[in-house]
Amino acid sequence: MTMLHTVNKSPFEKDSLTSCLRLSEDGSTILLIEDAIYAALEGTTISDSIKEALKTKKVFALQEDINARGVKNKVIDGIEQVDYAGFVKLVTEHDTVQSWV
Amino acid sequence: MSEVKKFLYVNRRAPYGTIYAWESLEVILIGAAFDQDVTLAFVDDGVFQLVKDHDTAGIGMKNFTPTYGALGDYDINKIYVEKESLEARGLTIDDLQHLIWEDEDEDWAEKDSIKVVTSSELAKLMGQQDVVLSF
Amino acid sequence: MKLSIQVNEGPYQHQASDSAFQFTKAAIEAGHDIFRVFFYHDGVNNGTRYTTPPQDDRHVVNNWSELSAAHDLDLVICVAAAQRRGLVDEGEAERNGKDGNNIAPGFRISGLGQLIEAGIQSDRLVVFGD
Repeated sequence: MTMLHTVNKSPFEKDSLTSCLRLSEDGSTILLIEDAIYAALEGTTISDSIKEALKTKKVFALQEDINARGVKNKVIDGIEQVDYAGFVKLVTEHDTVQSWV
Repeated sequence: MSEVKKFLYVNRRAPYGTIYAWESLEVILIGAAFDQDVTLAFVDDGVFQLVKDHDTAGIGMKNFTPTYGALGDYDINKIYVEKESLEARGLTIDDLQHLIWEDEDEDWAEKDSIKVVTSSELAKLMGQQDVVLSF
Repeated sequence: MKLSIQVNEGPYQHQASDSAFQFTKAAIEAGHDIFRVFFYHDGVNNGTRYTTPPQDDRHVVNNWSELSAAHDLDLVICVAAAQRRGLVDEGEAERNGKDGNNIAPGFRISGLGQLIEAGIQSDRLVVFGD
C-alpha cells in the first residue's frame, strides 16, 4: 500500500506539515498545495526539515500554487513540481490519499 | 454492498472552537450503518475531543462528547490516540473518557476501545487504510 | 479510475473549493470518472445560487454548476450541514417551512451516507479543506 499525503497549510502558520512528516511512513509521497508550497522554499526555517524528509520520502509541490505566489525560483532542488494533471496522476498512482486539512 | 473497506477517520481539531470535531462525529455515526471496517485516530488537538468532564453550559454550545461513549454500541472499537500528541499537551490516558465496548465473542466482556500508540505505530496503521477521511 | 472529492470549505474564504474544482477538471480531462463531489462543513455554501461575486472575479458556484452540466457531475450537499447554514432546495424549504430555496443548478441535497458511499464506491477519495 502506498500513500499520498497532501498538505495545504503554510508551515509558518500551522503544524500540519510537522504532523504529516511525523505520521507518514518512509517511502510515502507528500504533495504540497495551496499555502503549504511555502514549505518547499530554500532558505527558510523549514528548509532543513524538508530536506531531511527528502531522504526517506518523495516530496512534490503544486506548480500552479507556486507560480501564483511568485516563488518559483526559490523551490528546493529535489522537490518535484507537478501541475494539476500531475496531481491527478499522483492520486491514481497511490493506493490512498490522506489530506492533512 | 458487498465490499468492506478499511475506513479511517482522522481527528486533528479541538472541539467547540470550530465545528469539525462535531460534524466528524456525525459522519462516524452515519458511517457505522454501512458495516465497514472503521478505525478512528485522534492526533494533534484532536486528542482534546476525548478529554472527560466537558461542561459547555457557559458557552451556550452543546456538549457532544458523551456520544463518544456510545461508539462501542455502534461496533466502533478501534480508537487510536497518538502518544506524542497527548504528551505534547500534558495529557495522559487518565484525562480521557473511558471508552469501552462489549465483546460478543467473549460473553460480552467489557474491553477498552482506546489504545495509545506511538507515531510510528499510527503511521503504519494509517498506511493500511483504504479510505481516509480527515477532519 | 473512479474518483470522489470532498470539499469542506465555502467559496472565497478558503482556496479549498478552487483547488477541488481545478483537480476535478483535471481528473475529467485525464479521462477519469468522477463518482461524486460531496460538500460538507462550510463547503455546503458552494451550492447557493445567490452568490454574486464582482464581475472580474471567478464565479466559484457557477464554475461547479457549469462543470456539472457539461460532465453530468453529481454534486451533493450534506443535508445536516446545509440546514445549519441555511441552504435549502425546494423539498427542504417545504419541509422546514421556508419561504424560498437557494440551491444552485447541478447541486442536490442528501445525507451523509452519500459521502460514505462515495468512499466505498470510488477508487480514491480526495479531501479539500481548511
